[in-house]
Amino acid sequence: MLAEPLAQIPESEVRPDTLLRVNNLRTCFRQDGKTVTAVDGVSFDVRKGETLAIVGESGSGKSVTAMSILRLIPSPPGEITDGEILFDGRDVLAMNDEEIRQLRGGDIAMIFQEPMTSMNPVLTVGRQLSEPMVTHGKGDRKSLKARCVELLRQVRIPDPESRLQAYPHQLSGGMRQRVMIAMGLACDPRLIIADEPTTALDVTVQAQILELLKDLTRRNNASMILITHDLGVVARYAERINVMYAGRVVEQGTAREIFKSPRHPYTLGLMASIPRLDQPKGGRLIPITGQPPDLANLPKGCPFHPRCPYAKDQCRQDRPPLTQVSGDHWKACWVDVTEVQPHV
Amino acid sequence: MGTYLLRRLLALIPTLIVASIIVFGVVRLIPGDVLDLMLTENDYASTGHDTRAELEQALGLDKPIYMQYLSWAGNALQGDLGDSLWRNTPVTREIGDRMPVTLQLGIFSLIIALTIAIPIGIYSAVRQETLGDNVGRTFSIVALAIPNFWLGTMVVILPSMWWGWSPPNDIVPFFEDPIENLKVLLLPSLVLGASLSAVVMRMTRTMMLEVLRQDYIRTAWAKGLPERTVVIRHAVKNALIPVITLIGILVPILFGGTVIIEQIFRLPGLGELLLQSVNTRDYPIITGIFLITGVVVMLVNLLVDMCYGLLDPKVRYDS
Amino acid sequence: MTVDQISPQQSAFSRKGAEGKDPRAPVEPGRAMADESAVPIRVPLRYRNRHVEFFYRLVTERPMGAFGALICIILLLTGLFASVIAPEGYNAIAPLDRLKPPSAEHWLGTDHLGRDVFARIVHGAQLSVIVAFAATTLSIVISVVIGLVSGYLGGRTDMTTQRLVDGWMCFPDLIILIVAVSVIGPGTWQVILILGLLFGISGSRIVRGAVLSTKENIYVHAAKSMGASTLWILWRHILPNVMPPIIVLFTTRLAAVILAESGLSFLGLGIPPPAPSWGGMLSLDGRSYMFVAPWLAIMPGVALAIAVFGINMFGDALRDLLDPRMRGGTGRYMARVNRKPMP
Repeated sequence: MLAEPLAQIPESEVRPDTLLRVNNLRTCFRQDGKTVTAVDGVSFDVRKGETLAIVGESGSGKSVTAMSILRLIPSPPGEITDGEILFDGRDVLAMNDEEIRQLRGGDIAMIFQEPMTSMNPVLTVGRQLSEPMVTHGKGDRKSLKARCVELLRQVRIPDPESRLQAYPHQLSGGMRQRVMIAMGLACDPRLIIADEPTTALDVTVQAQILELLKDLTRRNNASMILITHDLGVVARYAERINVMYAGRVVEQGTAREIFKSPRHPYTLGLMASIPRLDQPKGGRLIPITGQPPDLANLPKGCPFHPRCPYAKDQCRQDRPPLTQVSGDHWKACWVDVTEVQPHV
Repeated sequence: MGTYLLRRLLALIPTLIVASIIVFGVVRLIPGDVLDLMLTENDYASTGHDTRAELEQALGLDKPIYMQYLSWAGNALQGDLGDSLWRNTPVTREIGDRMPVTLQLGIFSLIIALTIAIPIGIYSAVRQETLGDNVGRTFSIVALAIPNFWLGTMVVILPSMWWGWSPPNDIVPFFEDPIENLKVLLLPSLVLGASLSAVVMRMTRTMMLEVLRQDYIRTAWAKGLPERTVVIRHAVKNALIPVITLIGILVPILFGGTVIIEQIFRLPGLGELLLQSVNTRDYPIITGIFLITGVVVMLVNLLVDMCYGLLDPKVRYDS
Repeated sequence: MTVDQISPQQSAFSRKGAEGKDPRAPVEPGRAMADESAVPIRVPLRYRNRHVEFFYRLVTERPMGAFGALICIILLLTGLFASVIAPEGYNAIAPLDRLKPPSAEHWLGTDHLGRDVFARIVHGAQLSVIVAFAATTLSIVISVVIGLVSGYLGGRTDMTTQRLVDGWMCFPDLIILIVAVSVIGPGTWQVILILGLLFGISGSRIVRGAVLSTKENIYVHAAKSMGASTLWILWRHILPNVMPPIIVLFTTRLAAVILAESGLSFLGLGIPPPAPSWGGMLSLDGRSYMFVAPWLAIMPGVALAIAVFGINMFGDALRDLLDPRMRGGTGRYMARVNRKPMP
């Protein structure tokens, strides 16, 4: 008996310019007899040329979702146990190893969070940069040298020719991340997945990197999935947002919609806990009470209910499906927060 | 890189001094009655060291301690390690005669161990938790448990029992006649190498696992690289660096192994000399061998550090 | 709501590396990396009775380790009850029964003096157990003392101690043992002493490593700032957290000691006959009478192998269970798609 498709977006709502479609994805990790469902029935789509932000705290499943798209989950502990991933109409989960390899670094590129450790310390920058292009058959190292220099220039690394011979430890964190971005863009991908690309960098560098990413994405007419926990970044760079909690999508919609009228209590909590210019001065920041969820031991019903100021009996019993709020705005909640008062 | 080497060399000096003190100190611990035993039991009287006073003088025990150390150390630095009490020949000559055999045995065994164990270790790590891995691991744990002296004994005696064949032990130097030389040394090297390979396999596997856990491996997969490239170009290259340092760890183990193997196969190496000298209480030789092994280990470690410096870009180009 | 209740999201907004990753440099200079006994991290246990949980995990997750533990227990019991299992002792000379092959009466045959081999092996177990435990305990005590002092006090003390240890570790184990025996002579107590000293000094490195990583923890600094004495901190804070690697060290040393002692006895420098040391049995009786009585050489070897195998397996499983960091798949990054119904 398969699980009910709680989270699937109905076919009628799918738009023609969809590049990536994820339906009901479930990814589990099995270790020492315990099974953790890191991603539990996640559905969303990414349209051509747009930036989708996936927001959530640590453990919400946002990174695992992103890696599942490329099937980049290590397979002894992890496996994808349900769902459908359609990239440009092609079924990713049905692909064999060779086809996935074509996809990775080619049509879909991924940029990781930790530039300090994401590059191989014993290979030169030039070698690592040319690798995706060589693998995808765009030439050999010699003929690609010019292209590598061009890529480094695009990511605004000064003196690119000499950097090709450098080793990663000779570059700063910000520069390494730029190289990672260059590696991602090397084969002109149509989708870029950036997993918290600036979290490990200095604040001053963060803005530069994000601007760079957005700029290059726009120029190549690519789509981007931007994973972050920083709502400020979301507001500035994303067109649509997915809010995730405990492995599920709890709210989806355009950035404007969600910032203007968030409908899920978790999203409300997130909004309330960051300082905003449009709020009165001197107000207090209101954190979300309670503890982050233990993915191995989720409560019955809605996973957020232990921390939710709007929770009612139904929330403790049944898991809420994604319901439409308006147009492109969806939420997974039994409660209409515009009508009910929170009980604190 | 230059400063790295200099630092390593400088660090060597205090270690050398401490080691020499240890070597020196051990002999000074000889209880007095042992000297008497040497005269009576070991029949030192017939070697020209008739009296206890004579023995003491030959061993340098008649002078105050610091003078003993200094004169001994001074001589050692010049290459003079004294004379064998039993045979009245220079210790250095005795050691020099035996050294090539032990060196050869050690080097062959090392090569055999590395050749067997590293590929298996890498495979085991890449295919973790599969049948191949578990077979390899069980095999190495079993191999670790089998004492090398037992294996050696079996190898010597079983063929003798079954086919009447004994491993030969008249050694011809390698550079004179490699085939004849190998006829004698191959089997003992195989035994020692097999025993060593269990250790190497486990360590290689552990290091490969460490490397495979790193973020840059995931990046390599994300770029669409095929598995072979990920493993060989990205993983192994990183794992090989600590494996080189592994050789530094292996050398002391090798020395211990050669002593036993030489005894079993009756090879005229340093190990055999050491055991003979223990029986005859020929302390200058014992001390000499003790010192030499320590020095060799230190030199090998220095060499290993140098290779390490060449291989790791972080050391080679410290910016 | 106070500042203390700031939610994880709040702190996550400014914390670097939010996913809690550990960007360790993959390649460390020197030999430290090559030491297989990496420092385990203490795991907070979930069940009420820690020992029951441990036992349960051992059997379910590491059955081979449980098998090894079983072997160890058998070894221990054999050693303890040797006189009961083989009441005739290890030196029951019976010249008429020389060199008999294994039979119903003599399970493993007899040796050149007519002594029952099975009885000798059993008493050899007792000898091994006593010597191994004594020597290993001594070595652990030495390792812990040196490691704690050197690691915790740091500074000049640490540097000098490490230089001394470095100098000591230049020498191969067996060579040190042989030279030491040449000075103080063979014998049971001498062997225990030398083995304990040797492995004690070389093991101190590992303890020191564990201490170094523990002493940087906040609670140590907190205790120090509250004025706790060094001895107190060592005893109450450092030592309990360093226990996991010490336990693992104990098992590895145990196996090493058994092998070292038998190696020494094999060379005639260990425990002298007629004591039934397995190594000695192999060398003296085994080799001399190999043609007529091969069981004399095979049996002690097998006994040794089984004992060491069991200890190693148990030690491995112990280390896996105590060190969560080493577990967990480093699988291929090619996720399997395995559609299955939800439980």
